[in-house]
Amino acid sequence: MRVTLWGTRGSLASPGPDTDHYGGNTACVEVVSRDGTVLILDAGTGIRRLGTQLVRTAQRVDILLTHLHMDHIQGLAFFAPLYNPQIEVHIWGPASITLGLRARLTRYLSPPLFPVALQEIPGEPILHEVPCDTFTIGDFRISSSLVCHPGPTVGYRIENERAILAYLPDHEPAMGARDFPIEDEWTSGYAIAADADLLIHDAQYTSEQYKRYVGWGHCSMTDALKFAALTRAKQMVTFHHDPSHVDAALDQMLATEVAALAPDFIVTPGIEGTIFNLGGPPFTL
Amino acid sequence: MFPKEVEVILARHLASYLAMPIFIVDPVGNLVYYNESAELILGRRFDEAGEMDAAEWGTVFQPTDEEGVKLSSEVLPLMVTVHERRPAYRKFWIQGLDGVRRCIAVSALPLLGQSNRFLGAMGIFWEVDGT
Repeated sequence: MRVTLWGTRGSLASPGPDTDHYGGNTACVEVVSRDGTVLILDAGTGIRRLGTQLVRTAQRVDILLTHLHMDHIQGLAFFAPLYNPQIEVHIWGPASITLGLRARLTRYLSPPLFPVALQEIPGEPILHEVPCDTFTIGDFRISSSLVCHPGPTVGYRIENERAILAYLPDHEPAMGARDFPIEDEWTSGYAIAADADLLIHDAQYTSEQYKRYVGWGHCSMTDALKFAALTRAKQMVTFHHDPSHVDAALDQMLATEVAALAPDFIVTPGIEGTIFNLGGPPFTL
Repeated sequence: MFPKEVEVILARHLASYLAMPIFIVDPVGNLVYYNESAELILGRRFDEAGEMDAAEWGTVFQPTDEEGVKLSSEVLPLMVTVHERRPAYRKFWIQGLDGVRRCIAVSALPLLGQSNRFLGAMGIFWEVDGT
């Protein structure tokens, strides 16, 4: 399983000289298996550049949306494979209490926010609603479950015979807990993340900042590390960086937290362009 | 124990901050949580009592009507809500795990999550005048 970070920023794309190292694109992660199956986790602005590559090679692409906040779907309309009818695009994402996934996506993919309506896109995507029972795409087994974040939001667990990837880009597992972490069965996202080889997790705030933003659906880096420890992650990637956190600040946050908590797993900064090879040596298709 | 659904996790967190006694059961009626205010009426801390299956909590608190006639768990509001997935209300007597008999009024509500998934029930109750 090859995992590539195409966008790691949260809330708002934040390009510029101060964010050049971590990158300014919003959430997008590519997951590829040795058999050529391509999954894309979220469609933030990072998906645009990925699309320019996939449009030349892919026959089918599955986009797994965790939720429909703008930083997770803004790149969708600029994803080149959607405009190539030869490529089969599937989009998985959560419905709401009253609206299906199609109706929810149409709110963005329609005027005045976007000139082209969803039904006018040449290769109209095939939509699937989550959470649902575990499903299979290529050799990936995928499960999803609702997690603590405002509005319907899921985390994804992607497994094959060799590795487990957990993706929880927007997640506030400490919300309401008086002394986080609490018991595993009462922790949002636990089943998604348990024993993952790679956990990509929200780490937006410093602990001081988090006190001002409790309930906004995001996580302090401290709580992210505690969550990773609780779920026995082998490696954690910090994700959903605050737009105001420039490269130097992110480096400082990570160094401080790792020094304070001394985790017994690998902690890797979520830097755009980073590639992880899970469960085997690197491969190319 | 299975991981709880996020709606149930949030319900527990909410209950833990509220002053009304609250009791939460899963889709088959097993007790999964009660809050501090409920501990005062049920006579034991939840941390000590722990989760209980429906048959156990339905009898351990010895529910009776105003005549002292034993009530089966099936007629208790939470179990009515679990079986019929509708709100239910009843006033009855229990004996707390501290041995004290109290009259309580229970309002039970179904917990319906996203996609109308039935996740269990929440009972909000008060100690009331039993006369």
